[in-house]
Amino acid sequence: MATQHSRSAARFMMAPAVTLLLGWMLVPLSMTIFFSFKKYLPLRGDSFEQGLEWVGFANYVRFVTSSAFWPSVLTTLIIVGGVLVITVILGILLAMLLDQPMWGQGMVRVLVIAPFFVMPTVSALVWKNLFMDSVNGFMAHVWRAFGATPVEWLSRESMQSLIMIVSWQWLPFATLILLTAIQSMDSEQLDAAEMDGASPIARFIHIVLPHLGRAITIVILIQTIFLLSIFAEIFVTTGGAFGTKTLTYLIFQRVLESQNIGLGSAGGVYAIILANIVAIFLMRIVGKNLDA
Amino acid sequence: MARGVTTQRKIINTAAAWAIGLLIFFPILWIIVLSFKTEADAIKTPFEILTGSWTFESYLVVQERSDYFKHFWNSVTIAFGSTILGVLIGVPAAWSMAFVPSKRTKDILLWMLSTKMLPAVGVLYPMYLLFIQLGLLDTRTGLVIVLMLINLPIIIWMLYTYFREIPVEILEAARMDGASLGKEIMYVLTPMAVPGIASTVLLNVILAWNEAFWTLNLTAAKAAPLTAFIASYSSPEGLFYAKLSAASTMAIAPILILGWFSQKQLVRGLTFGAVK
Repeated sequence: MATQHSRSAARFMMAPAVTLLLGWMLVPLSMTIFFSFKKYLPLRGDSFEQGLEWVGFANYVRFVTSSAFWPSVLTTLIIVGGVLVITVILGILLAMLLDQPMWGQGMVRVLVIAPFFVMPTVSALVWKNLFMDSVNGFMAHVWRAFGATPVEWLSRESMQSLIMIVSWQWLPFATLILLTAIQSMDSEQLDAAEMDGASPIARFIHIVLPHLGRAITIVILIQTIFLLSIFAEIFVTTGGAFGTKTLTYLIFQRVLESQNIGLGSAGGVYAIILANIVAIFLMRIVGKNLDA
Repeated sequence: MARGVTTQRKIINTAAAWAIGLLIFFPILWIIVLSFKTEADAIKTPFEILTGSWTFESYLVVQERSDYFKHFWNSVTIAFGSTILGVLIGVPAAWSMAFVPSKRTKDILLWMLSTKMLPAVGVLYPMYLLFIQLGLLDTRTGLVIVLMLINLPIIIWMLYTYFREIPVEILEAARMDGASLGKEIMYVLTPMAVPGIASTVLLNVILAWNEAFWTLNLTAAKAAPLTAFIASYSSPEGLFYAKLSAASTMAIAPILILGWFSQKQLVRGLTFGAVK
């Protein structure tokens, strides 16, 4: 159906989007790569106009050998891993529950999805103050009501608290996608298995879980991409203190707080490589879907 | 779901689901409750809070002290501005990929998706520098551009998956009848694509409204949207629970309502069409 005329028209219509995205990808990225090979400390008088000193891979080496690097990688992995485990497991259970016949299904779904629409800064600040504050927070009141000493959540149990806050934000996403996948399942197969005497657990492992496989993979990949770069939650709760400094936050501090652009840019390149490793897997799944 | 279920089973399902639903929703409910309290009441025990008096005071204080409406308006401008701009650029691109596919269409789509994977922090300083050079720092225009760029891949993907569901035969018929390309898009495609475009707009307004990396790092007082406005409460003076709650309620209410309408689109949009 595609004539020569419509082909050139198509190319013309795609041009703005392609040009913009190409610029968006290439301009800042090449600047980051450029800075990563330079000594660039604006506070000590280095400036773009006067030319920057070429330092080779020094920034890359320094970033990895700094004492903050490995802890930040570990912190990132614990947060991403913790949130993934919690949201996927609870998400599957919740999606299966929501798929059951009940009264007010639509309304329950609305309640469950709500946290996803709360902006990250609100969610972090509200959890920090209204719930996790050790004097006036809701949880402190509950702890006292049971005669326990309130916990200083964000300083003593900082990682657990942060994982909880982020999981609360992302559980709706996992649930919603898994629920959509469950609802597309053929219930006759389940009925047949039930009649043949398969236990609920056997039915779950052999029928439900394989059916959800793809949806679970997608949830994991998409959440990983977003979770690798969580920022606001840390920015307003701990500010990177109490062992909650992720790779993203470490780079942010190098660039904007200590104004070491070269070092921060080298860190940025590491972050980009890390994100791309995850992205390749996601793209493969999405790409397969395009052919279908 | 045609399986027969006993009433007893249904009651148990209902009770369990509502209990969990309310537990998950509780933090939001509690924000709303505290927003109608005085500062002195807001730090009392939950029982005293629920039985105490209610007031609108905090809402007025928030508006008066920190000019909530200015930030609200910034959020509206940035979220809708970036979305509309993105859709204007995205519709032609998605149209051409859906209806005039070439061998490279799939690669282009995946490449567009890959730009979404670029971690923001990796290009923070270049953007900061470019914004200073171009005079865009702390302006709404600057944020409209950045948020349009980060959401453009999602916009194009969503539109593409919607457009692909439109039968090509209808477009061919219009063309046979002598409709020009412009007319074809305007009178044939657009009416059929309105639901898809509306969903795309909805989801992207939500994403842009809640974006909290660029909005925090590229604004100061002038162009700060609600995300940044709320963050200013992280170093408060004195009692502030009621004010924080009132400000939070006002920041999330509009998007919560929009969000509830967009549940289905959310799945399609955020999984790039891989789960429908």
